[in-house]
Amino acid sequence: MKIFRQLVIIFGVLLMGHMLENIIGLPIPGTIIGMVVLLICLIIGVIKVDMIEDVSKFLLENITFFFIPAAVGIISSSEHIKQQWLPILMVTILSTIIVIGVTGFIVQALERLQKGDGGND
Amino acid sequence: MTKYIDTPIFGVLISILAFEIGVFINKKTKISFFNPLLISVTIIISFLLIFNIDYKTYNKGGSIISFLLGPATVVLVVPLYKQIENLKKNSLPILVGIFVGVLTAIISIYYLSKLFGLDEIIVLSLIPKSVTAAISMEVSREIGGVPSLTMAVTVITGIVGNIVGPYIYKIFKIENEIAQGIGLGNGAHALGTARAMELGEVQGAMGSLSISVAGLMTVFLAPWLVSLFN
Repeated sequence: MKIFRQLVIIFGVLLMGHMLENIIGLPIPGTIIGMVVLLICLIIGVIKVDMIEDVSKFLLENITFFFIPAAVGIISSSEHIKQQWLPILMVTILSTIIVIGVTGFIVQALERLQKGDGGND
Repeated sequence: MTKYIDTPIFGVLISILAFEIGVFINKKTKISFFNPLLISVTIIISFLLIFNIDYKTYNKGGSIISFLLGPATVVLVVPLYKQIENLKKNSLPILVGIFVGVLTAIISIYYLSKLFGLDEIIVLSLIPKSVTAAISMEVSREIGGVPSLTMAVTVITGIVGNIVGPYIYKIFKIENEIAQGIGLGNGAHALGTARAMELGEVQGAMGSLSISVAGLMTVFLAPWLVSLFN
């Protein structure tokens, strides 16, 4: 029963996200709006963490697994990829490294500035 | 045999088995390139090709698994909420960092694509690839890319970030927990965040935050930047 109750809350939030998606009319997917809805509900206390804790834990621990079918889908959408797969892969790898490196570096530098423990290194 | 393959059970079963094998190999070898997702996807694709099973058949079960991505993305907010005080205290570095990250992603993808001589339509499909698949596909459609190609490169981006993230941090001496989380979330969406969660609670929360904030920023910035490029 506990698991069912938690599922009802999580799917309820997701449904609200999809409903708001239609109302807002911007290309913002319902899942992202659902994230915002859940965060607001947690902050104002309508939903408490322990009301969704077990199912959340299961979903978060296995989020990588849920990507498998999407990744396998690469074989069916390969017309564009087949012709230029190597440059596409290179751009993907290089840009990912750049984004993670630059973002991490900037946040760390700003954190040091904010804390004031020497922004000169 | 086909009648058993042609049920949702096949897709679900092979995915779980392949993932178990992936996790096993990853744990035994402790080599991060042997990523569970990468291994399981390789196993499944090989199986489908060898036995001549098309993706649609596999996806009868696969779509059941994909369905759980929605709720899993929503509950990414839970670790974020647990770190909300930390977030408030560091809101400026975090927001500026995510903003710079989003700009870096779009600009670097654009110029790297030009450097490698990719077609315009492929460039447009790659531009939103750093953010979570639901958003990247929407943005791709919006700016004139091919959503299915965007989906594919979004997942590849996630796998790459998941594997290389910790190495980048070691090389560039990025030790700050918040910075590590924001970097992984910005660069590799939910799959980066999955890795961030392994690094620590703060990293995981910051990764989750990046997914939604970077996603939203991309919705607004990508069409504008693309119009600037042209």
